[in-house]
Amino acid sequence: MNLEVTAKTRLGDFALDAALASEGRTTALFGRSGSGKTSLVNIIAGLLRPAEGRVAVDGTVLFDSEAGINIPAHRRRIGYVFQEGRLFPHLTVRNNLLYGRWFAPEESRHVSLDEVVELLGLEDLLERGTAQLSGGEKQRVAIGRALLCCPRLLLMDEPLASLDDARKAEVMPFLERLRDHARVPIVYVSHSVAEVVRLATTLVLMSEGRVVASGPTAEVMGRIDLFPITGPVEAGAVIDGTVEAHDAAAELTHVRSRAGLFRVPGLDLTPGTHIRMRVRARDVMIAVKAPEGLSALNVLPGKVVEVGPLQGPVVDIALNCGGERLVAELTRHSVEALQLTPGREVFALIKSVTFDEVSHVSGLGRAPDAITN
Amino acid sequence: MPGRKSRASANFPGRDRDWMAGSSLAMTSTRLQIVLTLTPEELAAIKLSLRVATLAMAASLPFGIVIAMVLTRTRFFGRPLLNALVLLPLVLPPVVTGYVLLLLFGRQGPVGRFLDEQFGIVIAFRWTGAALACAIMGFPLMVRAIQLSLQAVDRRLEQAAATLGANPLLVFVTVTLPLILPGVIAGAILSFARAMGEFGATITFVSNIPGETQTLPTLIYTFTQVPGGEPGALRLTLISIAISLGAILVSETFVRRVQPRLGLPNES
Repeated sequence: MNLEVTAKTRLGDFALDAALASEGRTTALFGRSGSGKTSLVNIIAGLLRPAEGRVAVDGTVLFDSEAGINIPAHRRRIGYVFQEGRLFPHLTVRNNLLYGRWFAPEESRHVSLDEVVELLGLEDLLERGTAQLSGGEKQRVAIGRALLCCPRLLLMDEPLASLDDARKAEVMPFLERLRDHARVPIVYVSHSVAEVVRLATTLVLMSEGRVVASGPTAEVMGRIDLFPITGPVEAGAVIDGTVEAHDAAAELTHVRSRAGLFRVPGLDLTPGTHIRMRVRARDVMIAVKAPEGLSALNVLPGKVVEVGPLQGPVVDIALNCGGERLVAELTRHSVEALQLTPGREVFALIKSVTFDEVSHVSGLGRAPDAITN
Repeated sequence: MPGRKSRASANFPGRDRDWMAGSSLAMTSTRLQIVLTLTPEELAAIKLSLRVATLAMAASLPFGIVIAMVLTRTRFFGRPLLNALVLLPLVLPPVVTGYVLLLLFGRQGPVGRFLDEQFGIVIAFRWTGAALACAIMGFPLMVRAIQLSLQAVDRRLEQAAATLGANPLLVFVTVTLPLILPGVIAGAILSFARAMGEFGATITFVSNIPGETQTLPTLIYTFTQVPGGEPGALRLTLISIAISLGAILVSETFVRRVQPRLGLPNES
């Protein structure tokens, strides 16, 4: 998949001036509310026409203000899952699902109803009216409907934002299955770090109508200069690991990563399972000598690679632990007292690990819990 | 010609009377029988009114939907004028509307002469002319009802349909039209009911010719003008009330049956 978008336009007081290119299978557009994410996907879908710009998917130009190209939304073949679902109230779930299929060209109908129903677990809902669906079910149907029009690209605009946490946990595994099994690239809009980290391979960070950074998710999330945008509470490093073994006696699971071995409270996963962990900057402490007599289980050796500006009470620093990037939020006092400068060998003490992703799980994905140790 | 058909049934006055008598079985009161027994003339007027109202409603419905779409969805220079023109029959004295129609569609009128010469169509003093007068009188009610339901349509659903590959015409047919169906039905019934009661424009434009343009209201008017016409006027008044009541009940049940299927537009 190759997506290229440049767009410049004014919407009232808001100016959008964004450029992005992504090769990733799942691209997340991430930023605060009002940063222009939805406007950008509307431009890709053809629902919003920018004053100037260009939109191309896999080399097919959908919009080009200079060349005077503007393919209307209904001929773009771009699936769109809206925040509010937007199911047709006069149609049953089955007919909602099949709606786009009526219009898809014969040769591109490579997705079958059975496949989608199976993927999204919709068997029991098919004959229902849309009024009898829960919020999570509505979003699953909306996703299925977009998939069945056999799009070349699937846009998802905060599909979980209108759901409570329990419904989010219900839909999330389906999104992961979608990413892993549906052969369609996804652009996923979100302002939730947890969703983005769990789903995205490529992250595009937006702020005030501009794209401020883009790249592999772990790389962008670990950039301390972007913390003001990625959010001070949730900011942190993303580390991929593999379940290595279970310590039944201590009820711990060992997860191997490039940064070292993590020991975490028991996970119900078979050894070999790939998992993605998120280590928040504020959950990392730094020691300059190998610590002893600690309650924290996970102590990783590493080297300081970057120190944020020494202003204000807190400073973010980035470490390289065996090739993985870790970030820590420390007081400026500690940074100065420990003389933390780039190149310094240190130990990272990790208080807590958040598990955001479980992929390659056979059968239905399980909604994993955030676990601390 | 439908007019001739109703005259044909006038050849068998006894049949109609027997039928009515049969339905009132145990009713022995001759006064009640007089009230409930329709003369061929009255029956013809009722049938004609139903035919006129049905044609008026059916022929104006597509125009009503298009005009409601234009007035609700577009913003152009002449829109306020078009809106006023649609509403005009509602406030104009019906006799004025009828006279304007006569000026335009009469044999000597510009439109009437054109239709006569080019297509051999004459509507002045014909039942089709009555349908035209009724359609125009009911048009504002129809358009208003459809406009109201169009304003309530969540346009984001239409956007969703577009992203699923439906072109604007298909979006209208598969999403917009089903969503405004209650309003369309309500508008059609209002137009029908208005046509059943239309008097002023009809009598001015097509007169009051028995068997051709004598509708239920104009026959009631005739009865009130002749001595001994009271029983006939009373019978037709009852029939008129029954038909109007029936139309409203049918429309309400239909609208109620459609609405739950549509669900409540309060998702999100």
